Amino acid sequence: MIEIKNLHKQFGQTEVLKGIDLKIEEGNTVCIIGPSGSGKTTLLRCLNLLETPTKGTIQLGKFSLDFQDKIPVPKDKVIKFRQQTGMVFQGYNLFPHMTALENVMEGLVYVRKQDKELSRIKALQLLEKVGLSERANHYPFQLSGGQQQRVGIARAMAMEPEVLLFDEPTSALDPELVGEVLKVMKELAKEGMTMVVVTHEMNFAREAADKVVFIDKGVIVEEGTPQQIFEHTGHERTLQFLNKLCS
Amino acid sequence: MFADERMDRIVDIIVNSFFPMLKAGVAFTVPLTLVSFLLGLLLALFTALARISGIKLLDAVARFYVWVIRGTPLLVQLFILFYGLPSIGITISPLPAAIIGFTISVGAYNSEIIRAAILSISKGQWEAAYSIGMSYPQALKRIILPQATRVSVPPLANSFISLVKDTSLAATITVTEMFRVAQQITATTYEPLVLYCLAGFIYLIFSTVLSNAQGKMEKRFDRYVTG
Repeated sequence: MIEIKNLHKQFGQTEVLKGIDLKIEEGNTVCIIGPSGSGKTTLLRCLNLLETPTKGTIQLGKFSLDFQDKIPVPKDKVIKFRQQTGMVFQGYNLFPHMTALENVMEGLVYVRKQDKELSRIKALQLLEKVGLSERANHYPFQLSGGQQQRVGIARAMAMEPEVLLFDEPTSALDPELVGEVLKVMKELAKEGMTMVVVTHEMNFAREAADKVVFIDKGVIVEEGTPQQIFEHTGHERTLQFLNKLCS
Repeated sequence: MFADERMDRIVDIIVNSFFPMLKAGVAFTVPLTLVSFLLGLLLALFTALARISGIKLLDAVARFYVWVIRGTPLLVQLFILFYGLPSIGITISPLPAAIIGFTISVGAYNSEIIRAAILSISKGQWEAAYSIGMSYPQALKRIILPQATRVSVPPLANSFISLVKDTSLAATITVTEMFRVAQQITATTYEPLVLYCLAGFIYLIFSTVLSNAQGKMEKRFDRYVTG
């Protein structure tokens, strides 16, 4: 369902992604792990074109995009492609001038142009799903980090994307709030949502991932089931990284 | 005795001038300010958007406009519009000339306020808007400008109050706004101190009312930050 071929991304002189090939099956949860600066977030942001790859192809759902240096992708194509994805950000990025409910409704009403009342009903259902129906009319500043991030997940889900992208969704959270967000994500994984998760939560990767991808210095060092990566890795760099996390 | 007579005369002048001046204020100063400010705000928005568009030509045009207008006195701009242009066949009546002059001036200053306000909104907000499938205009209208508006209320209010006072310059191009009326009454009564103080007092009333309106507006916009 997602196929990335020979993906490169360069920022100025720095090559952050040096030829990534990756396949993601429908309904799978793929966790991308790796040291900071390894390019994992850049890879995720290339999947919804918040970063434009320098070279390579991405095939996602109905669309396939071929990137070449300095040839921009037409804007309407970018938007159509991006609309197949949903994103959950490290810093939540909720719209501060809207209530939780309005945050979730926004895309339905103003992008999808759906009926306001129907959108409200759907948004409320999504907020209930992430356990926040009672906070529907709260503004983001009135919510805890964990609650904000769950609204962020509901907002991304509202657009019924083919794939949900998570960029270190729990990194900004107080430790005691991490659990509530991971719980929602695990439920989504169980329901068969296709998810790509950049994370430092190895326990989540171990329990929820169908595939774990270890990236370092812009290349995929290794990919496999959580067991293969966490217990039977033969790669020195993977071992070093995992050992550092445990120490 | 002499002092008493003078006092009575001054009181008479104040009583007789206050309402004509207030009337000129309400009939000219206030509409001149409001119309110029609103048009200027529109001009400022487009100028700010041109500056951040990333399109070199638009950016250059906007920069040039702001550079010229901010670098020359408003009084000179008004004189060029009203006294200068007729010599190349363009004659503009006093009130439209004043509105054009103030609009162009306020547009240049406010464009910098709006540009700064837009740039103050975090990149994450743009990205979140894009991530739910919005286009640039949608993101701007629904997500960025509402937040930028809140940031720009205090500096815009500053610029608005400045404009209230700057409209007195319209007197120099024969618009019968409040200050011009004060000048006219002075010419017949020879009491400049009294009348110009009175004019100052009425400007003070206008700007005080407007400052209070600013406070209320800020409170309204603050609802999503402090509740």
